[in-house]
Amino acid sequence: MDKDDTLTMGGGAAQAAAETMTGAQMVIRALKDQGVTHIFGYPGGAVLPIYDALFKVEGITHVLVRHEQGAVHAAEGYARSTGKPGVVLVTSGPGATNAVTGLTDALMDSIPLVVLTGQVPTHLIGTDAFQECDTVGITRPCTKNNWLVKDVNNLARTLHEAFEIATTGRPGPVVVDIPKDVQFQTGAYHGPQSIHHRTWRPKTDPDLSAIVKAVEMMAAAERPIIYSGGGIINSGPEASRLLRELVDLTGFPITSTLMGLGAFPASRPEWLGLVGMHGTWEANHAMHDCDLMINLGARFDDRVTGKISAFSPGSKKIHLDIDASQINKIVRVDLGIVGDATKALREIIRFWKTQKHKVQAAALKDWWKQIDVWRAKKSLSYRNSDSIIKPQYAIDRLYELTKHRDDVYVTTEVGQHQMWAAQRFHFQQPNRWMTSGGLGTMGYGLPAAVGVQMAHPGALVIDIAGEASVQMTMQEMSTAMQYDLPIKIFILNNEYMGMVRQWQEILHGKRYSHSYSEALPDFVKMAEAFGCVGLRAEKPSELDDKIKEMISVKKPVLFDVRVDPAENCYPMIPSGGAHNEMLLSPDDGGEISDAGKMLV
Amino acid sequence: MHDTKVKLDTEVERHTLTVLVDNEAGVLARVVGLFSGRGYNIESLTVAEVDPMAKTSRITIVTSGTMHVIEQIESQLRRLVPTHKVTNWTDVRDGAKAGIEREMALVKVAGTGEKRVEALRMADAFRARPVDTTHSSFVFEITGSPAKIDSFVDLMRPLGLVDVSRTGVAAISRGPEAM
Repeated sequence: MDKDDTLTMGGGAAQAAAETMTGAQMVIRALKDQGVTHIFGYPGGAVLPIYDALFKVEGITHVLVRHEQGAVHAAEGYARSTGKPGVVLVTSGPGATNAVTGLTDALMDSIPLVVLTGQVPTHLIGTDAFQECDTVGITRPCTKNNWLVKDVNNLARTLHEAFEIATTGRPGPVVVDIPKDVQFQTGAYHGPQSIHHRTWRPKTDPDLSAIVKAVEMMAAAERPIIYSGGGIINSGPEASRLLRELVDLTGFPITSTLMGLGAFPASRPEWLGLVGMHGTWEANHAMHDCDLMINLGARFDDRVTGKISAFSPGSKKIHLDIDASQINKIVRVDLGIVGDATKALREIIRFWKTQKHKVQAAALKDWWKQIDVWRAKKSLSYRNSDSIIKPQYAIDRLYELTKHRDDVYVTTEVGQHQMWAAQRFHFQQPNRWMTSGGLGTMGYGLPAAVGVQMAHPGALVIDIAGEASVQMTMQEMSTAMQYDLPIKIFILNNEYMGMVRQWQEILHGKRYSHSYSEALPDFVKMAEAFGCVGLRAEKPSELDDKIKEMISVKKPVLFDVRVDPAENCYPMIPSGGAHNEMLLSPDDGGEISDAGKMLV
Repeated sequence: MHDTKVKLDTEVERHTLTVLVDNEAGVLARVVGLFSGRGYNIESLTVAEVDPMAKTSRITIVTSGTMHVIEQIESQLRRLVPTHKVTNWTDVRDGAKAGIEREMALVKVAGTGEKRVEALRMADAFRARPVDTTHSSFVFEITGSPAKIDSFVDLMRPLGLVDVSRTGVAAISRGPEAM
């Protein structure tokens, strides 16, 4: 293949003078200069010039998805498992609108994405042209920032700014909308180092006076708890290391949000498990009864807090967040620290050590005694069965049969299976758990697994799925086949939209309105149709062998695990409830207030 | 402490905010979309480029909410990428700058006889200036605080008020410093 010299010269080196090239070539060159090695995309009329430039380029792998939503979720999986921004290339109109769910998902979960959309040529904008839509208008509320580039001479700067904004401060998705005529036009290309954004100055260095106060509050605390979130993961692996060091220094108990799993090893005794609606008894009770809550990179999401007026009523609260608008948004805190988690944790540890702080040892000992009492409830236990596979058992076996490996990455769809996975699949490292937290996007896990496997070719990538969610983006099995991505789709098949069914059971008098899928596909045959491997397990006794087979097969696998359709996910804080009003089992019953029923 | 918290969350106050932004395509939609998307109120909004060299525009927004909500609005506005600066002119917390607020309105009054004379007399008292006059109508130009314009408009209502066009509030700080 002929190589295009314009596109391969750069590679990040400093360029003194501007070079001249077409807009389409600039896009590819900017991606190379930004260190991009993978793009997830789908071609179409309005991006053909960029695809043409891509055709001649080495060093960038393009992953052809089957639906643009899949491209964005794949890029999210790629970004979350690598810490690098995910890059998406789609066409105008439906290409852009199909990307909207993924953009919103990435915005809610703070995932850095650069999404490039084609647009109709500038002279057709506003004429209702074929495959035209107001992409920047549609994506404005679901991106951190977006741009329509009407002048080829602004293209390079905009592309580099897009990467800067997506990846710095609180990460998030950005969209650059590029009309087709701009892709054809010739203009001046400038490298990334020439870019200095006019207004974007994210604050990452914490105020040291706040750090000093935080450390004093920690030293005085008698019943402290660390509540860590996705901000630790997003800050990079060093933040996770520092979090461990902080727990080593203080011996404080720690819980985490869904987004923060893996930042702290689940195997350590200080780990209380997941917090929130389906969190553990010990984590939620410790959050409720603590006298100091140290929120590190979480955002007091409603799935975590439950009823706000009853949320940890007796505690002082410290909130570290890189986004100033999160402080006092939901819960008023006693001390807000705006900054990057790595930098703030480093300072907290430094001050703790240099000021020779000690914990309230006697009080902390009593606090741990209380926590051990809560732990003894064993809130994640369930009644197993010899005849039918319990979904909890399936996840336990999956974990047990893979925990010896250190290259396991888990994605999920959304629903009961996601919560069971969060409760029971234990993570020791950050960037190993990719799930749709904020938006709760069914169909996230399969394409996300494609992105993860693309970034980590030799790793074991498992999508813990439900049979309803997985059908939303099932087409990406074809992508997995095309790129030899041996992802494992572990379907907990209960024939219901399980979480919907659970809520209907608890809140709507067991009227299971449209939550049962009467005509499910035969997943084994479906796998075969895609050229993948299909497996099915119907009895607990066959589960282990089938899981082993799933892992050993060097192809994408759809594993249809037929589980108990009636099982509910416990523990559960019913909506509108407080952390100390948890249901542990169906026998707990419990009335849910009308106000609670209104909540989602 | 507890009382302050309750006050922060219950008392609705009117606040005037100024946002200095890059004058780029879509920036107004971004600001307005933030208000509609998060359910905040806009009572008035004015926008114009103020520095053609620096390509910055100044947006002045009058909004209302509890102090908790106002704080959120300010930090959400600061978070927008094209935002340079956000100032709250109504803020009574420490270090807040005192601001001057002015609004301009064009007020059309139609009528004859005694009502017409009375309208002109009132306009004079308010230092409103007729900028269009016919035998049966006036258009008055009036500048002042929004409250002053409210009362002028109220007074004109029985005197034959037919149309009002208001600019919304512009605000600037007292003293030698910029916003």
